[in-house]
Amino acid sequence: MVSTTNAPTTALRVQARPAGFFVDVASVAQRAIRQIPREPEAVIPALIVPIFFYVLNIGALSKITHQAAGFSFKSFELPVAVVFAVTGVSRASALVTDIQNGYFDRLVITPVRRLPLLLGLMTADLTLVMALAIPVVVVGLALGVRFHAGVLGIILFVVLSGIWGLVFTGLPYAIALKTGNPGAVNASFILFFPITFLSTTFVPKPYLQGWLGTVANYNPMTYILQGLRSLIVGGGGIPGPLQSWNPAYLGQAVLAIAAFGAISLSLALLALRGRVRRS
Amino acid sequence: MPEPAIVTEDIARQFGDFWAVAGVDLEIAAGEIYGFLGPNGAGKSTLVRMLCTLMRPTRGRGLVAGHDVANEPEQVRLRIGVALQDAALDDRQTGRELLDLQGRLYGLRRAERSVRVEQVLRLVDIGSAIDRQIKTYSGGMKRRLDLAAALIHDPDILFLDEPTTGLDPESRAAVWEEVRSLNEQHGTTIFLTTQYLEEADELADRVGIISRGRLVAEGTPDELKRTVGTDVIVARVESLTDTTLQTLRSVPGVDEVVGAHQEVMVHAANGAAVMSPVALALHDAGTTVVSLTLRTPTLDDVFLQLTGSHLQDGAPSDRSERSSEHSEHPDPPAGEDARAPDRGSDKSTKGART
Repeated sequence: MVSTTNAPTTALRVQARPAGFFVDVASVAQRAIRQIPREPEAVIPALIVPIFFYVLNIGALSKITHQAAGFSFKSFELPVAVVFAVTGVSRASALVTDIQNGYFDRLVITPVRRLPLLLGLMTADLTLVMALAIPVVVVGLALGVRFHAGVLGIILFVVLSGIWGLVFTGLPYAIALKTGNPGAVNASFILFFPITFLSTTFVPKPYLQGWLGTVANYNPMTYILQGLRSLIVGGGGIPGPLQSWNPAYLGQAVLAIAAFGAISLSLALLALRGRVRRS
Repeated sequence: MPEPAIVTEDIARQFGDFWAVAGVDLEIAAGEIYGFLGPNGAGKSTLVRMLCTLMRPTRGRGLVAGHDVANEPEQVRLRIGVALQDAALDDRQTGRELLDLQGRLYGLRRAERSVRVEQVLRLVDIGSAIDRQIKTYSGGMKRRLDLAAALIHDPDILFLDEPTTGLDPESRAAVWEEVRSLNEQHGTTIFLTTQYLEEADELADRVGIISRGRLVAEGTPDELKRTVGTDVIVARVESLTDTTLQTLRSVPGVDEVVGAHQEVMVHAANGAAVMSPVALALHDAGTTVVSLTLRTPTLDDVFLQLTGSHLQDGAPSDRSERSSEHSEHPDPPAGEDARAPDRGSDKSTKGART
């Protein structure tokens, strides 16, 4: 309630109160989103690197794969390019900076609920990874990739990729909150490599031999790529039966994302609880 | 009688084997400026972090605005504003964005935030820089913005943890003026930690002196200074010996003699009257005098008397009469403020005058 007093510099006295859960999330998210264009050095590589490797890979391997396996490598690789763009992009480094310079303490001293301190950042991350996925898809479309699942398929493709990017952020956030160490957060990028490369990143599952095939069977990325590919060419495994909106492939992709998210987000929430426990 | 703004009862905090705060009792009235004075590592910031709900006490309790800091942290947070030791800001926001976000987190509506931002800006005088990114601010501007952020929700109680450390004299004077203005115009209770004597002397209604995690003295600046006498003669000498100290103690009218390194403090009720005898005594003791000055006591003299160390350089007063009383408590390592408590020994320094 706004009230007026006669004091010369106190025309307005205000009463602090809890802002509410969603206002807290929106407030934290808005600040994080506002920072993104102010840190172009953190965003531009996340966009350029996957597009560069996408164009490089399809330029180098398209003919071989087409002759050997008879499928479109640029369609096969587009999900990989999008996953590269959205995996590992987070505000975890900014969170560590907040922890180190004391701004996190300033936030914690306010009446803000603890969970929105993380959810707000993740909301900003989701916005950013969606924004990163779209130009990669546009490049794919410009190079001739066609989505058998249509426009709705493109939307689902971007949404699934974005949600995958979001759940992956649980790992760097867990490390950021647990350690408060920028070096440890940067090192979390190492997790990106086994998850993305020990999978059907470059060849279809039937061609994976030996231990790599076994590891790929247990890697959630295999099922995420399979689901995303099914929206482009119909048969997610390629080669295989062409079928748009394959419920089995899409269901497995959703389950893989959910399972990974259950672990990564639990770790992040545990780390948040530890950080704000006031021990 | 109004409820005290801050009460602590044997509040303590332990890190490993060390007690950063080793049991402190405080009662601070609403509307008071309380200065918490002590050297680096004395436990000031740890106490502030406990009272601001950032850290749980290991034992004892703290009440802020009538709410327990350990069990009702949400209630405490609504009523306090905090500016921690280093200005806690986000360099990539503008000052206005930071203040607006702060207001949102305290539940202020858009219209309230808009007016409050303008009000606190008038108070802390940041000018047009408020719309620039904080990374362009000077140290003094950052500190003032930090203070503005602590005030955006019009708190009843304000914690300022070393608000002027590292500031140039002009910026320091500006912050002092802002603190005074807040207290006088808004009635805000202010808990101020500092390692600067002048700051406590200038601003505080009452001062608590903390050393090694314990409150060793408390009172108004004048009361505290009166405990060491009315005048102090400071003699800087080339070398200090026990003979010099003994000779000075025998001078009529001298209340107490405290030596530290190459400096002797001679306390006397009437400094001007004993100035000449002190100079002669130094000459008789064969001591070469570098300088001899007469001044009124400072809080540093109080601190020296109570702890055997100067406040701002932490130099041990190895020739103090009280040095033997403290020899069993060596200075803890940096960041580890106090040894395990040996409760009740600190105030034994009182009455240890020559």
